[in-house]
Amino acid sequence: MLSYILRRLVTVVPTLFVVITVAFFMMRLAPGGPFDSDRALPPEIEKNIKASYDLDKPLVQQYLIYLGRVLKGDFGPSLKIRDFSVNELILEGAPASMQLGLSAIVLAVVFGVSLGTVAALRQNSGIDFSVMSISMIGIAIPNFVMAPLLSLVIGVYLDLLPTSGWGGGAFQYKILPVIALALPQIAYVARLTRGSMVEVLNSNFVRTARAKGLRERLVVVRHSLKAGMMPVVSYLGPATAAVMTGSVVIETIFGVPGIGTYFVNAALNRDYPLVMGVIIVYAVLIMLLNLAVDLAYAVLDPKVRYS
Amino acid sequence: MIFKTVKAAVLGAGLALAFSGAAQAEKVLRVGNDGVVQSMDPAFVSTVQTSRLLDDMTLGLLTYGQNGEPIAGAAESWTISDDGKTYTFTLRDHVWSDGTPVTAEDFVYAWRRLLAPETGAEYASLLYIIKGAEDVNTGKAGPDGLAAEAVDAKTLKVELTAPAPYFLAQLTHQTAYPVPKHVVEKLGRDWIKPENIVVNGAYKLVSWTPNVEATLVKNDKFYDAANVAIDKVIYYPMEDRTAIQKRFRAGEIEVGRDIASEQIDWLRENMADSLRIAPYAGIYYYVFRSDKEPFTDARLRVALSMAINREVITDKVLRTGELPAYSFVPPGTGNYGEPEYASFMGMPYGEAVTKAKALLAEAGYGPDNPLKITLSYNTSENHKRIAVAVQAMWKAIGVQAELFNTDGKIHYANLKQGEFQVARAGWIADYNDAQNFLFLMESKSGPINYSKFNNEQFDGLMAEAEGVSDLKQRAKILGQAERIAMDGQPVAPIYYYVSKQLISPKVVGWVDNAPDRHPTRFLDLKQ
Repeated sequence: MLSYILRRLVTVVPTLFVVITVAFFMMRLAPGGPFDSDRALPPEIEKNIKASYDLDKPLVQQYLIYLGRVLKGDFGPSLKIRDFSVNELILEGAPASMQLGLSAIVLAVVFGVSLGTVAALRQNSGIDFSVMSISMIGIAIPNFVMAPLLSLVIGVYLDLLPTSGWGGGAFQYKILPVIALALPQIAYVARLTRGSMVEVLNSNFVRTARAKGLRERLVVVRHSLKAGMMPVVSYLGPATAAVMTGSVVIETIFGVPGIGTYFVNAALNRDYPLVMGVIIVYAVLIMLLNLAVDLAYAVLDPKVRYS
Repeated sequence: MIFKTVKAAVLGAGLALAFSGAAQAEKVLRVGNDGVVQSMDPAFVSTVQTSRLLDDMTLGLLTYGQNGEPIAGAAESWTISDDGKTYTFTLRDHVWSDGTPVTAEDFVYAWRRLLAPETGAEYASLLYIIKGAEDVNTGKAGPDGLAAEAVDAKTLKVELTAPAPYFLAQLTHQTAYPVPKHVVEKLGRDWIKPENIVVNGAYKLVSWTPNVEATLVKNDKFYDAANVAIDKVIYYPMEDRTAIQKRFRAGEIEVGRDIASEQIDWLRENMADSLRIAPYAGIYYYVFRSDKEPFTDARLRVALSMAINREVITDKVLRTGELPAYSFVPPGTGNYGEPEYASFMGMPYGEAVTKAKALLAEAGYGPDNPLKITLSYNTSENHKRIAVAVQAMWKAIGVQAELFNTDGKIHYANLKQGEFQVARAGWIADYNDAQNFLFLMESKSGPINYSKFNNEQFDGLMAEAEGVSDLKQRAKILGQAERIAMDGQPVAPIYYYVSKQLISPKVVGWVDNAPDRHPTRFLDLKQ
């Protein structure tokens, strides 16, 4: 097991190298540069700015400079928020995004799995249909509709919680963004759980378990749920990475100081170092979580063994 | 049990804090700022949203008054030589927030630093009016080449390349701000960190988390601190206009620097006492690539511009109080009189359409040979709605316009490189002077002259105006230049900008003004 983990960790390095290389050159292929704005700069001034960020050098040389920096753990300066380095921006924003993301995933697992299991056990009943219809709505309503709606109803009309902002990370500021982030995840997990549980509950080994007289609770919790979790776990790996690196919609609407906004805004602003920084963070998270998923398989499925 | 006790203690402490705060009645102004803050360093600021914080923290030689007009700031008085080219400023007796006196050397140092090529300051060209500035910025001269001299601690002498009457107004811009030499030399780029920053303005930065907030508190060392009412200003960067509106409605901010325009009807009906719409020194225009076929022919440019029904755009499409524009310089711009309007202003629209068709026919275009062009605009709901409306208006005169939408970066890169036929553009004045609009059509302005308009007579008049110190005479010459531009229409002005914001009735002293500057030092809050 340990050697498997080590082997997997070693492959992170070349994968990351490929990600960095592809992202670096693709970013530069996009037309328009960081200093193109509604005010076209005189050429000599543009030259000065580019020189101050090494952007005047040949692309390959810039790439090598960048790689060298990354090896030292330095993601470079932000071209847009000029008083901060990319490291500072990510360190400042990541905790907020990760807190919200993790909370949303926990909610998704707790509520999604419970609802999905209940629906599967009462297949084709009223409960099943209501859970599935509600979760269908949860998946279908996009975040950019749900989030402002929550903020308007709960923040403005009912005046129960702040409409947006961070309040230094106070609890009440996190509730709405977490709910908005978790709702589609809960819905998705509930549907996945239901689907796979229905299948498992009809499988031979469950029939055997029932035939040998096991109590229904044990059949469900010990045997079915464990097997039924496989697709959910596969989904949770990339989903966790995605919500932990922040959602641009949720962060913009609720004014959350995370790194999710950087994904989109930095790309639109052609803030190359910042885009690269968030891509690297995202890539590392995805790889680690995928590893965690594979390890979870071994725990859930006796057929899977890593050596 | 222990947890309960701790909880009670924390709660108690919180309440105590809350009450002690109420007793002192600290006045806090919370501003929903419609964009992220780039930097606290005057050399690296290029957005209006960022300059708002700098205006609160720094006192230029001149600074914005309550009505957005330039008033004496760090300079107490000044004299101008007869030829209008030499300015001598006498500094006010005042200190940086660490108690060190502000000296003329702080200004010279700040300007040299901003102009040094290695600094890479985006707005350096705004100082080019100072003799030697361009050479310093392009590396042709060392820092000493700048004709700004600290005669003594309190006297600053500046020589200009031309008698520019807008120079005083320009000194309110962040590029002309001083920096504390003693701090910057010691700390370098870190001087603007909240724990290090030293300012000479009314407020001082105490905390800044990008994407969250920037908090400024009153600087007790500010020379006019006795007349500053608000103790603390918090700027929240909010890119989402709807979020600004919601926070405002929930009473979480007192000032919202932009509105969600699509909800204008609702706002007018429900929040009329907070909604502020006022003329703003800017112009929204379409630019024709005038050095390339087909728009080398001025008749086509005039015909297309004439066929734009500006009243429909402002009253039916936008509906947020913008004014239809027939001149490039907005009315009321400084050092100018009445702008020179396009000949077709006031013409009934039906007549304009007939005339436009006739012009097109004269240039060889008609139903058998329709003019086919591409109209480019950058991503924005309003740009799109206007482009669609204009496309329909042009269709009525037989012009087939294809719409081409790209994101802002690509759009402006295309404009700079001349990769367009007709494109949307906009300009907000850096300082209140007609020259700051008209220079956009001067051939020497380079990439920012998107139209590549190259008219000797226009260039000649602009150059002539630069050498004239008599304001009336200068205004007349600039007017002649605008006349040429409006007759040739390298640009089609569409509407004059307005500022749109939400200001709580609790805020006292907020005066709507064209530069849209509202330094916090002049504001107060009703309790």
